Amino acid sequence: MEAYISLFVKAVFIENLALSFFLGMCTFLAVSKKISTAMGLGIAVMVVQTLTVPANNFIYQTLLKEDALAWLGVKGVDLSFLSLLSCIGMIAAIVQILEMTLDKFFPALYNALGIFLPLITVNCAILAGSLFMIERDYNFGESVVYGIGSGFGWALAITVMAGVREKLKYSDVPAALQGLGITFITAGLMSLGFMAFSGIQL
Amino acid sequence: MDKETKKVLFEPLVDNNPITLQVLGVCSALAVTSQMSTSLIMALALTSVTACSSAAISAVRQHTPSSIRIIVQMIIIASLVIVVDQLLKAFAFDVSKKLSVFVGLIITNCIVMGRAEAYAMKNPPLQSFIDGIGNGMGYSLILIMVATVRETLGSGKLLGIEILPLVKDGGWYVPNGLMLLPPSAFFVIGLIIWGFRTWKPKQVEHNEFKILSISHGEGGHH
Repeated sequence: MEAYISLFVKAVFIENLALSFFLGMCTFLAVSKKISTAMGLGIAVMVVQTLTVPANNFIYQTLLKEDALAWLGVKGVDLSFLSLLSCIGMIAAIVQILEMTLDKFFPALYNALGIFLPLITVNCAILAGSLFMIERDYNFGESVVYGIGSGFGWALAITVMAGVREKLKYSDVPAALQGLGITFITAGLMSLGFMAFSGIQL
Repeated sequence: MDKETKKVLFEPLVDNNPITLQVLGVCSALAVTSQMSTSLIMALALTSVTACSSAAISAVRQHTPSSIRIIVQMIIIASLVIVVDQLLKAFAFDVSKKLSVFVGLIITNCIVMGRAEAYAMKNPPLQSFIDGIGNGMGYSLILIMVATVRETLGSGKLLGIEILPLVKDGGWYVPNGLMLLPPSAFFVIGLIIWGFRTWKPKQVEHNEFKILSISHGEGGHH
């Protein structure tokens, strides 16, 4: 249990996908102008991340890993080079299914999250979550915790960023730094703040 | 080279740069730039994937129904990335270990998808290929600029060659460790954008709110 808690804290703060690995930056910069939309996107990312990391973990562990096909009686087969293709396919499929399920059963939620869902397929934070899971060889339990944690960390970062930017628009920024430039520098300062967590030993 | 080709090839360098103006492909630009060697490999990998995928997607563009085009593009891109990934693992294993997941992340790099959607779906293969190279070069330019600043100031070396002699080796330069950490990537790109937009004022974004200047006489009474 303790290992899971420390993995969660690590995924949220110390190895924050947005601020220490710079993942999902395109959407992070583009959709962080208002707190409400940023939060919507953050929740969508969290949900998709929680579903896709364990799903990819299951596929990787039972089909693609070296000697994973032993349960079929096939030995010495290493399909791990296919993991990129299977990860992105799985993510696209889950996003599509999620979109259809929400549309059918939870129309209110669909209206709130709907426009963000297609964006999520090409959000690198999602794919990176699965790839990190493969690289670090997490087992199924760890992958569930890592999925929730990394999604939550990303959601937290984009919400905070949107809060800062809402205040920032009333400030007097040099003309050439307006918009994208100052956003980068703000993100840098936030990333410095998150660096403070890296001293924590777990 | 005719005028059109030149425009497609060189416009993405400064005038329509994928990172500083289109805000595409930022993730990897930030993450791999703490060293020059990784940045160069990444730039090469992305440029070749963008160029080849644009050409391939453009070649099948008339046979792809628009409802499944994203999946078709994804599969083409993912296959090319697998080829690049395996090549790197075979011939440059150290660098591929350092790049870790970022080679795989070329799949979701918005430059590749963005050029496929915006250019390759409407133009013939050869032109799309050139457009891919142009945008790859725009990306590479920023990567090389950022990596130069970060590696020189962070460790006093560039590609393993000493530029600024370090104090611990008897020189004068105290390395700035912050330059090797994630936040500095944001600052450096922010400053590059500042520089680009001062040079090309057309790219400046306009604020939704303007601060009115109040003349000095009125301020004092309240």
